[in-house]
This record gives sequence, C-alpha cells and structure tokens, in this order.
Amino acid sequence: MKILVTVKRVVDYNVKVRVKADNSAVDLANVKMAMNPFCEIAVEEAVRLKERGIASEIVAVSVGPAAAQEQLRTALALGADRALLIETDEELGSLAVAKLLKAVVDKEQPQLVITGKQAIDSDNNQTGQMLAALTGYAQGTFASKLEPAGDKLKVVREIDGGLQTLELALPAIVTTDLRLNEPRYASLPNIMKAKKKPLETVTPADLGVSVASTLKTLKVEAPAERQAGIKVGSVAELVEKLKNEAKVI
Amino acid sequence: MWHYQAPLRDMRFVIEEWLAAPADWQRMPAFAALDVELAAQVVEEAGRFAGGVLAPLNASGDRQGCRFDNGRVTTPDGFPAAYQAFVDGGWAALACAEEHGGQGLPQLLNAALLEMIYSTNHAWAMYPGIAHGAYECLRAHGTPELRERYLADIVSGEILPTMCLTEPQAGSDVGLLRSRAEPAADGSYRITGGKIFASGGEHDLTENILHLVLARLPDAPSGSRGISLFLVPKRLPDGRHNAVRCGGIEHKLGIRGSATCTLSFEQAEGWLLGEPHRGLAAMFVMMNSARLHVGLQGLGHAEAAWQNAAQYAAERRQMRAVRRPEGRAEAPADPIHYHPAMRRTLLELRTLTEGMRALGYWTAHLLDQAEQGADPALRAQAESRAQLLTPLVKAYFTEQGFRLASSALQVFGGYGYVQDYAVEQILRDSRIAMIYEGSNEIQANDLLLRKVLGDGGAALRGLLETFRAEAEAASTLPECGGFATALGQYCDRLATAAEGLAAAAAQDPERPYRAAGDFLRLLGLVALAFAWVRSARLAAGRADDPFYAGKLESAAFFFAYLLPEADHRLALIEASRQPLPFLPE
Repeated sequence: MKILVTVKRVVDYNVKVRVKADNSAVDLANVKMAMNPFCEIAVEEAVRLKERGIASEIVAVSVGPAAAQEQLRTALALGADRALLIETDEELGSLAVAKLLKAVVDKEQPQLVITGKQAIDSDNNQTGQMLAALTGYAQGTFASKLEPAGDKLKVVREIDGGLQTLELALPAIVTTDLRLNEPRYASLPNIMKAKKKPLETVTPADLGVSVASTLKTLKVEAPAERQAGIKVGSVAELVEKLKNEAKVI
Repeated sequence: MWHYQAPLRDMRFVIEEWLAAPADWQRMPAFAALDVELAAQVVEEAGRFAGGVLAPLNASGDRQGCRFDNGRVTTPDGFPAAYQAFVDGGWAALACAEEHGGQGLPQLLNAALLEMIYSTNHAWAMYPGIAHGAYECLRAHGTPELRERYLADIVSGEILPTMCLTEPQAGSDVGLLRSRAEPAADGSYRITGGKIFASGGEHDLTENILHLVLARLPDAPSGSRGISLFLVPKRLPDGRHNAVRCGGIEHKLGIRGSATCTLSFEQAEGWLLGEPHRGLAAMFVMMNSARLHVGLQGLGHAEAAWQNAAQYAAERRQMRAVRRPEGRAEAPADPIHYHPAMRRTLLELRTLTEGMRALGYWTAHLLDQAEQGADPALRAQAESRAQLLTPLVKAYFTEQGFRLASSALQVFGGYGYVQDYAVEQILRDSRIAMIYEGSNEIQANDLLLRKVLGDGGAALRGLLETFRAEAEAASTLPECGGFATALGQYCDRLATAAEGLAAAAAQDPERPYRAAGDFLRLLGLVALAFAWVRSARLAAGRADDPFYAGKLESAAFFFAYLLPEADHRLALIEASRQPLPFLPE
C-alpha cells in the first residue's frame, strides 16, 4: 500500500505568537517554525503502518515556501521514503491546497492519504475533507484508531459524545486526531539517512493548478486580554454576576 | 515549574556565522558530507529530545534521588528509560567514528547536544558523561583484543564506562593513590583497592559497567609517575561477576539523581590500558574533551538560569518602574524586568551565556580541526590553542554557571529559595562542576603555569594575535569600532601582566600561583571581549532584525558593564606581589 502523508510548516507550538502592527497577519519574522503537530501524528501513523508491513511506500508532501524542506526532511528522518515540495510563497487557502494535493493524488495514486485534522496556525479543519470531495475518496476524519484489513480500512473517529467506527473502502483519506498515536523522536542515524532520500520540488504551475485565492484576509487581531478575576462574597452574588455581568446563565 | 527551550537560534548563529564552521567542514574529508541544513536538523532534533525526554525528569530525579540497597543502585524513575531512548536515538554515538558504529559527526555538534543535556538534566547526563572520553582512551591505547571486545559496545551504549581515580587520601593529587594491580599468569591483572566519588560506579541503566581504574603495579615508582590504567568490567566476558562491589552512594548537595559511588575492588580481574606506569598519559587523551564537557555544564546551567529568570521577570509584577519601554502604559505594578537592577542582572545572564557559547563551541571546533584538519600545521595550531583554552573553559564557565544560577535565583526573590521553582536546583547542581574533573584552582594553575608560562608565552601570543586580528577587522565599522579599540587595549594589558608574572617568577616562584585565579578570570573576560567584538561585527548593519539588534545591545552592555571587571583582575594580579602569610598550624 502506498501512503501519501501531508506535512505543513507552521509556527512552533511553543511560540507566543504576535500580530503584526498593521493587523495584516501574524508576525513570522524570527519565529521558530516546526511541523504541524497533527501532521506529526499523520507521519507517525504512516510509519507505523509501514513497520507493520502494511504500507510499502510513504510519500510526504508539503505546500509552502522553500524553507518547508526542513519539515519534509524531518518527515524523511521519521521514516517517509521520499518527499515532494509544492513550492509557493503565497499564503494559500484550504481549497487551493486541496486542489494541489488532488493533482499529487492523481499522479501518485496512493491507497491511503493521511492528513492532520487541522493545522495549528489557521485551524481551518477542511483541507482533508475538500481533498476527499475532489478525489472522490472515502473519508474518515478525526481518527483515533486505524485498522486496515485487505481493501478496507476501519477508522475509529472521535465525535461529540463518543467514538464512531467506520469502515472505508480504499482508497481513502484519513485525518488524524490527537489521540491516534504519540509521535516518536527522529533518531540521529535516521536524520543522517534522510539526507540521501529524494526530495523533489515542483510549482503549482507544474501541476497545472491555479491557486488564485477566493478569500481575502481583512484583519488579524490578537485575542482580547483576559481580565483579572474577582472574589465573590456569596453564592447569591456569584449567580447574580453570572446572570447579569457574564450573561452566561 | 521548569522552563526550557533549546536556544537554537543562537546555536545556529555561533555554528554558522561566528565560527563559519560549515566552510571548515568542507575542508575536512571526514565532514565533507555535512552541510548547514543537516547540522541544523541534528541540533534541532537533539533539542527536542533534551526538552521532551530529559527535562521532565530533572526535578523528579532531584527529589527522588538514587537508592542504595546491598550493593545495588536504583536510579530515579524514568532514568533507565530515558537512557534507552538516548541510545536508541543514536545520540550516544554522535561524535564516534563510523567504523565503530558512530555517526562520525563533529565535536562541535556534540558540544551543542551536551549543552542542551546539561541544561535539562545534569544528573542524568552524568551516566553517559564519561563514555566519549573512555571511547577515545580505549581507541588510542587499547590492545586490538580489548578494542574488539568493548569499543563497539561503548559506542552502541550497551555498556557504560566509569572513571575510578579518587581515593580517600588521593583527591587532586592522584599520585597519592594506593590501589594495587598484580600481574596474573594469563596476562591480565588482579586489582585491589578502594575508590570513592566514582560517578555511575553502579546503576541500573546498563547490564555491564566498564571501570577505568588507576592503580599501581608492584614495581611502580612512587608518585604520579607510577600509576597505570586498567580496564575492569563489572561483568567478565564469560558472564561471571567481577570482584567489584559498590559499598554505598553519597548524599549530595546537587546532581542527586547521579549515583556517586564507593567501589571496592578485591582481586578484580582487569587488563592494562596503555603502557605500565603511564596511566596518566593514557588518560590524557580524554582530558581535553572531558574538561571541555564540564565547562559546557557551566554553560548549560547559565542558559537554564537565564531562560527561567527571563520568563519569571517578564511575568512578575512588583513596584512601579522609573521608566517603561516606549508605548507601555502605566500600571499599578510593573513587570520586574523594567527595573534597572533586574535589567542589569538579566542582561548579564544573557551576555555571559551567549559569549560563553561562542567560546565553548570554538574550543570544540578547534578539537575537530586538530583531529580532522587537512593541513598538519593548522592541526598543530588548533591542538595547542584547544589546550590553552580548555582550562579556561572548564574553570571560567563552571564558576559563571554557579554565580549566574545565584543571580537568577535572586530575580525570583523568595520564590527562588523554595522548591516550587526550578532555579534552586540549578544552583545546587551547578556547584559540583567547579570541583570535579580538576578543581578550578588546579585549572588556574594549569592555565598560567603550564599553558602560558610553560611555553614562554608562545600559545598566549598566538591567541592574542587572533583577538587583535578580530579587533582590526571590526575597527572600521561604526557600530563596533569602540569595542575593537577596547579589545586591543586589554590584549596589551593582559600580555604585559603575563610578562610581569613570568619575570617575577624567577625571584618569587610562588607568585604565579598566587595570581593564577585572577589571571584566569582576566583571560576569560578578554576572551569574552573577543567573542563580543566578533558577534557585533557580524551583527553590524543588521539591526532591523531583532536577533542582531540584541547582539549589538549585548555587546554594548558587555563593554560598558562587564569588561571593567578586567581592571579589578589586573589590580589583583598586581596585588599578588604581596606574599600571603601562612596560617597557624
């Protein structure tokens, strides 16, 4: 089974992000970047399927600037066999990314595509679903367990109020939730070997995909600062404040 | 509460710009395949490992400590698993040769790895701490059979080595040691004696432990010229337990997760490493890297202290500041990092930590150049320079590591003194590094007496030439011309002080010994001045980038507030004319 796994370069989760002074975007100057944590889970799952002998090849793909090669190298160090960077300096929306991935799926013909359920920068949670719509592949989102069996794939999904188990016919697309696995650390020998694995770079134009944006960002603002708490004298006062000040009951 | 983020941006600055190491690697056949991206990825992943695996065990290991029961040592919860993860990740073998199963990477990258390990968990780091030195020692002095038997297992982490030198009566003066070794009929030896302060002398991280033991042969001359080095495994090749017994562990001020063992050898089987009576020479191959690594402990502690203090000072609000950064509104109480006294402390933490990183990594890079350089003359020069800098790095960095941990603790006020914050542990853990691997006083004597005066000042002159060349290169830039002038002046004053001590030694042989500690601190400050001139030169014209703007600010702070301590050290070197009275017996 060939697996395509997607990798996004995002602000490292440890970084306290700041909004640019002109409110146009998050300030990325001198900010540490890393692989999106949900993508790490996707890569880990693909590597585990390969270690179990179920997957035969793992192709990691990223859409982003030339520097996204760093995250693809990490994916290679974690166990992907080869990598593909669709290089663009533009800030692409989910649909443009899904269209680019569709072109890669057409070319690579993977049996399984694993993506993170969302990226921690834009939190859109839609690329995997859009890709499923574009390719016509079956989809299992928010996966907390995968169990392939022949040409079928059992996916346990985390849904509101419990777990749902689906059986998908391959080829399929799965998006990862937090509890699917715990990603490993790249080992030093694998980092060294990753250097020799193939990393190909193409452009959206090479894939014949127009990435013209349908959305325009008007403004980016930091969340309102949290106000200091107060001490209440009685339960009655608490209820009164919840009703009239916080307006939550 | 413990905070650690690997300082990757500054590490990359030092490796890629300050040292320009990638260009040097291209000229070293062993590292020709290493490029900037790969090196950066190695350092980044090492940082993830240190932050993700070792940091969470730092406080718990300290609280729990090691337990001793009837000869067996149990390390803190999580330590053996973390060691297994370290070995499985290939980190133990980073700088070992590929032919022995290592990754063949430079000492420079190992220095970055070690700094992060020492920042996140010094006690844990003690277990694999001696492995690289033992690897080098065995590689240089082991017989083919011993190398065949143990080298690969050290590299793979299957077996952890220890260093058994100290005996109750033989501390700094190893010449006083009494452990004996008698030849056996099969060419091996039987070792008998008691050792103390053996780090990792017994533990539950590996099945087997390989003790490197200093002992005397029957015909040995007295003193340090009669000491031989032996390899004594806990478990013999045929599986038998060797006659090595752990009699207890120390209860210590810091690094409590590290088992500091008393070991007794009773006719234990072992093999000679190197020539008879030449044990100290055999150990010497591991000395440069071992002392550098202890220096990096000081750097690691300083970095951890700086990060924790900086974070706390940005959040803790007390009193109203005299001035605030532009655009900051008045508040009932300001973050304490607005207060000048705290800014002084925090800038000192940052400036000394970053300066030491440049100097420490430089020393590691010199070790690489000494071993792998293509040109023999440059190899010899790198070797001599690394030898000169090693005692400086060991003593200066560890002293600063402890002192800066104390400064960081002060930032926390009363909270720094309680266990809820990590900073008191940094203070306790850092203290040992001033003592072991040759006390800082021994390092100061080694620096001045052997490395500076010993060769008539030649190595020091070479070092000062490098410093002056940097001053020359920076002198034309408006941002750092003043720094360059100061560096040149202090190079002259240091050279004069060294000449003065050399001349005075003829009449008063004790004089350099009285001045050695101050001379070491003076050289430390002048070396830091060199580090900051170069950093400022590289940052000049790039102040629109906050990273380089920070470098220029730190350089200015160093020359205004920290370098003046050199005047004090010069005055104390002058004061050492005055004899010291003896104390009543």
